[in-house]
Amino acid sequence: MTDRLAGGAGSAAGVEVALPHPGAARAPARTRVLESERLLAAALLAPTVVLLGLFIAYPFVMGIWLALTDTSVGRPGRFVGLENFVRAWTDSIFQAAFRNTFVYTFWATVLKLSLGMWLALLLNRHFRGKRLVRASMLLPFIVPTVLSTFAWRWMFDPTFSVLNWTLYQLGLIGDRWWSLSPTKLPFLSDGTYALACAIVVNTWRGMPFFAITLLAGLQTINPDLHEAAALDGAGGWKRFWYVTWPLLKPVTLVVVVFSVIQTFADFQLIYVLTGGGPANSTHLLATYAYQVGVHSGLLGEGAAISLFMFPVLFAVVWLQLRYLRRLEGA
Amino acid sequence: MMTKPVNRRQFLVGAGAAVAGSGLAGILEARRAPAYAQGTKLHIVRWVDFIPEADVELKRQAPEASKALGAEIVFEFINANDVQPRITAAIQSGAGADIFMLFYNWPQLYQNALVDVSDVAEAIAKEQGGFYGVFQPSFRVGGRWLGVPHSIVGNAIAYRRSWFREIGYDRFPETWEEVRKAGAALKKKGKPWGQTLGHTFGDAPTWAYPLMWSFGGAETDPSGKKVVINSKGTIESVKWMQAFWKEACDEGGLAWDDTNNNRAFHAGDICATLNGASIYIVAKRQKDKIRDERGEPMFQDIDHAFYPFKGGAGQYPLYFSNGHGVMKYSKNQKLAKDFLRWLHRKENFEKWFVVNEGYSVAATTYWEKHPMWDKVDPPLKLFQTAARNTRIFGHAGPSTGKATEAFSKYIIVDMYAKAVQGMKAEDAVRWAETELKRIYEA
Repeated sequence: MTDRLAGGAGSAAGVEVALPHPGAARAPARTRVLESERLLAAALLAPTVVLLGLFIAYPFVMGIWLALTDTSVGRPGRFVGLENFVRAWTDSIFQAAFRNTFVYTFWATVLKLSLGMWLALLLNRHFRGKRLVRASMLLPFIVPTVLSTFAWRWMFDPTFSVLNWTLYQLGLIGDRWWSLSPTKLPFLSDGTYALACAIVVNTWRGMPFFAITLLAGLQTINPDLHEAAALDGAGGWKRFWYVTWPLLKPVTLVVVVFSVIQTFADFQLIYVLTGGGPANSTHLLATYAYQVGVHSGLLGEGAAISLFMFPVLFAVVWLQLRYLRRLEGA
Repeated sequence: MMTKPVNRRQFLVGAGAAVAGSGLAGILEARRAPAYAQGTKLHIVRWVDFIPEADVELKRQAPEASKALGAEIVFEFINANDVQPRITAAIQSGAGADIFMLFYNWPQLYQNALVDVSDVAEAIAKEQGGFYGVFQPSFRVGGRWLGVPHSIVGNAIAYRRSWFREIGYDRFPETWEEVRKAGAALKKKGKPWGQTLGHTFGDAPTWAYPLMWSFGGAETDPSGKKVVINSKGTIESVKWMQAFWKEACDEGGLAWDDTNNNRAFHAGDICATLNGASIYIVAKRQKDKIRDERGEPMFQDIDHAFYPFKGGAGQYPLYFSNGHGVMKYSKNQKLAKDFLRWLHRKENFEKWFVVNEGYSVAATTYWEKHPMWDKVDPPLKLFQTAARNTRIFGHAGPSTGKATEAFSKYIIVDMYAKAVQGMKAEDAVRWAETELKRIYEA
């Protein structure tokens, strides 16, 4: 027996929906279980929760626990509280790595964003071979980081650098009157140069991700808006600033959040390019944590160093997501 | 006399006891493989040797060892800088290779995860004239051998004989000051000295530690608990390095790893460098490819000189000593020990030793008398006895895990690297002192 109601919540207007009578006999337990939306949701979510728990939550909790102990390779540790964190904080190599991580992340993100945006605007135009150019753009992103970084390392090689050779052939280094430097450039053998080189390689590798994502964002912008702005007399820059940028801001923020997370926790690039040298001038938190934890066998101290990344990344993500939510709400 | 019939079970029990009791000798005498479970595999991880033929020889020996031991012997060769991460991961996960190659004093660092191999090591030492002194403080922990010493890669200065002759040195300069002057003269001619001060396991520390020791510097006092690096000797060594770097070296060396100097030398870009014998041996084996500026095979112009130089507080080298450790988590510990015995049998070890031509010398003194030394080229003879006097880091204290930590953090190397980049010698030493105190005095 059912009541018949016209239109109801969730039904289209004018369609009659059959609802069970309150006094009707209850369905068998097995049917109730099978039809329960809560159980279905739990069942569908369970694999993801298990995977996240195993591969994200467990290592993270384990990392916190390790950081609070003096565990070393092959030796279970004892609880030492925040000693590892204090020890790291007062370590001059850690301080250099901490500073480097911020410098590296800041400049790499700024460069990737500005160059990625510029590239996306170029690729959004119509020109012959557009698809080929767009596809080839992704190459740096597709090639494994270790391989591409090895190639860069050869290009920056202190003895056989093709870049120094090119600069020499162009007369930009050498003893000619227009030469900028009398000697070859110390790409990886000077601390400042080496960090700059690492930023360049990171930018080269990460820029396509920015460009492609921003390009996707650009293509969602209605061309009528640009036409209207042009009719109102807005020039190229004003159209970008008042039309493109506000509409692209949410996508940009998401890309920047991803990039900051990846760059701040970068490991492979520095490990292959410089190994943290010369004299620790290019160590990042991840590479220094690896050196202490894996090479010196001090797993507790290494875990503490890597955990210094967490509050910084958490704050960055929280601030940016908050800003994003505010944008969506506006 | 009546003999009691033996049933199958009794035979197996008896045979098993005989094999276990007699060890490898029993196996070989019986000409029968021991009773390891079918499909047993022994996994050994070693570095990729700078003498490729050495790895080829080990690969060639693997089937022979498999046949002799009745189990599959598998070598894996990986980049030297990746061996330590592999060991750490294996120990923490309790799974991985059965035997790992151990560098320098790693048995100290991994002591809780290594099997006592004293029985194997002591038998080898007894048979082959004893191990070189460097292995006592590095491979023995608490009176037990936690690794079986295998070999030592001696380092020496590889130099271009004709280039030094051009500036008036018929023999290689002997003292620190002479070397600095000769290096400066050659750099002026566009032929700098090549030396790494980068974060790399071989050529950087084997340059930096002996430099400090030979000027009278040390990390700690004999107790190993008091840091004494901030001394006149260390500061003098840093000042020498600063001058040498500026006047004589290719300044790109701050970013070199262990392969850069080999390539730079073979390309004719540097006049001298600290290295194993591989520069000479590779140049000789590839004499058609590696030629000097006159088009002649370069190896004919290469010679070796002892490092560290004279004129300081003594000559104390640091060489790349190494061996093998059996992991506690391994289910094949007995097989692993049997394999190490097999590997060190004179007739097997000899084949590998000869291929090396002096690049890697044995861990025991017996091999100093091997006829190979009568046949090797004169530039390689220096390596015959080079391992006698080598030290290990941590000096003047014991070479503990703390010494490994200081080594892994490249503190001594970076002390020199900071100084050649412009830091005052006294400040660079003070920086190293602070870092070492955090390790040794914590």
